Amino acid sequence: MRYVLRKVVLFVLTLWAAITLNFILPRLMPGSPVDAALGKLASAGVPITNAERNAIEIQLGVPHSGLLTQYLEYLRNIATLRFGTSYSFPSQTVAQTIGKALPWTLILIGATTIVAFIIGTLLGVYAGWHRGRAADSSITIGATFFGAFPPFWLGLLLLYLLAFRYGWFPIKGGFSPGASPNLSLSFLADALRHSVLPALTLVITTMSGWVFGMRNNMINTLGEDFVTFAEANGLRDRTVALRYAARNALLPNVTAFGLSLGAVVGGAVLVEGVFSYPGVGGLLFIAVTNHDFPLMQALLLVFTLSMLVAIFIVDLLYVRLDPRVRT
Amino acid sequence: MTIITAMPPPESPGKAAQIPSGAGLQAVPGPLRFLGRALRTLWSNGKARAGLIVLGLIIVVAVFAPLLAPHSPTATSFTPYSGPTGVNWFGTTGNGQDVFSQLVYGARVSLVVGLGAGAVATFVAVTLGLIAGYRPGIVDEVLGFVTNLALVVPALPLMIILAAYLQGRSVWTIVLVVAFTSWATGARVIRSQTSTLRTREFVTSAVFSGERLVRVVFREILPNMTSLVAASFFSAATAAVLAEASLEFLGLGNPDTVSWGTILYYAQQQNALLTGQWLMVFAPGLAIVLLMVSLTLINFGVDALSNPRLREK
Repeated sequence: MRYVLRKVVLFVLTLWAAITLNFILPRLMPGSPVDAALGKLASAGVPITNAERNAIEIQLGVPHSGLLTQYLEYLRNIATLRFGTSYSFPSQTVAQTIGKALPWTLILIGATTIVAFIIGTLLGVYAGWHRGRAADSSITIGATFFGAFPPFWLGLLLLYLLAFRYGWFPIKGGFSPGASPNLSLSFLADALRHSVLPALTLVITTMSGWVFGMRNNMINTLGEDFVTFAEANGLRDRTVALRYAARNALLPNVTAFGLSLGAVVGGAVLVEGVFSYPGVGGLLFIAVTNHDFPLMQALLLVFTLSMLVAIFIVDLLYVRLDPRVRT
Repeated sequence: MTIITAMPPPESPGKAAQIPSGAGLQAVPGPLRFLGRALRTLWSNGKARAGLIVLGLIIVVAVFAPLLAPHSPTATSFTPYSGPTGVNWFGTTGNGQDVFSQLVYGARVSLVVGLGAGAVATFVAVTLGLIAGYRPGIVDEVLGFVTNLALVVPALPLMIILAAYLQGRSVWTIVLVVAFTSWATGARVIRSQTSTLRTREFVTSAVFSGERLVRVVFREILPNMTSLVAASFFSAATAAVLAEASLEFLGLGNPDTVSWGTILYYAQQQNALLTGQWLMVFAPGLAIVLLMVSLTLINFGVDALSNPRLREK
């Protein structure tokens, strides 16, 4: 129970620190993005009310009141999901824009991470068990290469080959133009077809971390006495590999699960950008191209909070997996 | 009266047995001898050897770029949007620049950013890791919290936003931004290793014999973590190469620098794939992959140094 309590306290503390960091960051930066922001809004035809100006100034750190007052106002804005107006999508609030995009990314990243974890871990178990043989070298070398592929580059190549040259998959977007997101079977099939290439890109580029982690854990575990004992008992190879070695080697990989999401999120930003996918990564791509600071700032917060929640869930799951922390 | 020992005791257990120190090397200054020894040990690992060779080739290309590139990388004197020809081996950009020459010169930026950011990130990681590991209690708790926070904030989005704010647009901005966002993993590993070494006998005896704090930390503890420091350098450098390419691909670098990332940026801007100039996308990406693979392969060798179970039999 102490473990869970400690994790909860740490979660709340990190949450606060991350939100505060998001407040401090733009205030440390040189130059005033506010004027640029207001200029962009005006040219997009948005009437600039005082409240609007206020929200942007508070978010981007214009010192028109004491730092503490600004900070409190910033916290209140976050609690009420008021992130100002983005100039890439001036007709809706930032919260609405992000809310619409978030499910796309959550499903894409969630599915690809689980697939990459399963395939990568299995390959790692196989390579670790057959260490030093041809299977091990080819898996390791292959994973080294695939892991070094910049995700956006692999995305571009797949886009060129499979979508542009051969036309097997749609070139861009998350669904066919003209369709509107709903839960009908035909729309889901359409969305699935659109997500194959981005998902494939992410699985290929993020799998290698799991392969290496699992292979090294396997080799370390295979050196333990209980594995030698199991072998000496004449258990079948498969039983020793899976029930004795792999089961114990898996734990460190589970701990790494939460943290590795950061890399997946990073990859997803550019991959979604390349494929014009309607997720939050694609939004960041658009925000950067338009110098859209309110949207960028809110997105960083969303990314960080999602990571925090994911890591917290993994920490709680860990209690079920490792009885040693259950004191 | 002083006692002179013929051979200093090995700084880390097992090191002396592993690498026979040649008598001819005694004249070489310490740091260089150390580097030579480390390189020789890495060379004995097959994967690391392949990595060192590829990295060496890329360094040669970067250093001798003016000799190897057939044209100036910035001259806009060729027919724009040309495919591969006898003059422009990899075609030309939309501005009429020679892609192959850009590729050769681009090695410089990637190397500088990768190795530079790797070095800065490792410096931060080692400093924070040593302090946190050697000073348990409140200092460790606070530094540990900061490290965990830095691990939680997704690096690439943070880098993108920092680079978007800091419109300084020089290569050094990118080095700093990348270093600032990639020290945390290394710091965590070094912290935990320091805290296990802190209670070992040789450290305790050094403290009791009146060694100064700085000497204890840097002469007694740090040499035992050489492979960890090297590992965090190579992994930070690998991440930096990718991050630099990603930022430049997004147009957040200096668009006037010639680097693998900016070639990809212009290729995307000019729809190189749709006009059939796939080499303009394929070649710089492959160069990035090769550099990253070489750094990763070297890191395999470093891993094997610190973990005997991972050594090749």
